[in-house]
Amino acid sequence: MSDLPDEVKEWIGQERYETEGEFDVERGYVFTTCASVENGNPIFWDEKAANEITDGFIAPPSMISVWFRPHHWAPNRSEQALPLQVHFDLKQKLGLPEAVMTDNTITFGDPVRPGDRLRTWQVLRSVSEPKTTKLGAGRFWVIDVVYVNQRGDWVGTETYTGFGYRKEN
Amino acid sequence: MAHESLTADRVKPGDPLPELSVEVSASTVVLGAVASRDWRPMHHDYKFATERNGVQDIFLNTPNQAAWFERYISDWTGPYGRLGRIQFRMRDSVFPEDTMVFRGKVKDVSTDKAGCTWVELDLTLSVGEKITTSCSARVALPASEGDNPWQRKGDQWRPEPAAA
Repeated sequence: MSDLPDEVKEWIGQERYETEGEFDVERGYVFTTCASVENGNPIFWDEKAANEITDGFIAPPSMISVWFRPHHWAPNRSEQALPLQVHFDLKQKLGLPEAVMTDNTITFGDPVRPGDRLRTWQVLRSVSEPKTTKLGAGRFWVIDVVYVNQRGDWVGTETYTGFGYRKEN
Repeated sequence: MAHESLTADRVKPGDPLPELSVEVSASTVVLGAVASRDWRPMHHDYKFATERNGVQDIFLNTPNQAAWFERYISDWTGPYGRLGRIQFRMRDSVFPEDTMVFRGKVKDVSTDKAGCTWVELDLTLSVGEKITTSCSARVALPASEGDNPWQRKGDQWRPEPAAA
């Protein structure tokens, strides 16, 4: 990786863009999500079942990133916030205008509960040597997005593998 | 267990999961995008999807596909099943008027050092003959009646598979 810009080398392993969710985890969105996929799991709908199985209501684990997606509009905000900023930083810094996500892994920790206020940060794990694929010439990179609750308990990590590239002419 | 739930002693490698077939409509796609707070136009604006993205219609977004897989898995496990890890790769898009079919198979059953029983699943989402998304999942199941993976915390909860 000797030809990587020094700034990008410094990003590897560094916790960046730590931020708090704009709102508390809430049941309304849990219902909307369950309804969208017709998920009738009683731990999301039935208080008795939730108390018995999960010590109270929880949010579906797969919703973990939902709590960080910015509102479509908010007062006094001039730029759209980007949920995976490290990915866009890499595209810009490495001069790779196109990018695709090839793999997405989510690992789940403590359950997320209504009323929680989550925090997140992003960590660049690796950047590959230059590679050429059918899309073009570029590099693969792996980014972790780590989530914790208001007590600092780990609730999950999303790992994205991206390929930034320049189209072949 | 007051609620019917699968236990690991009833599962073995090679077991199939029941198929789930879903007719996708424009409402399915838009509901999924709104539920996951994904406001990008290719998930609700036909004109944008067809003219700017060059695809045939609006299409299902990634976070909502994760929610569909979670629902598919918990339909099989029951409420005591606890998702530890999910990995997926999207190969193609799912559009309104598609019939999406979820299929799955048990790849492995194991118990970790903390005594938690894990089931590894290979899953697919297909439209017609085409696999649009492949997925692997690691799910904790009660070892037997009376066990509850949701009670596990700290060192007792190890959703990362042990290094080979």
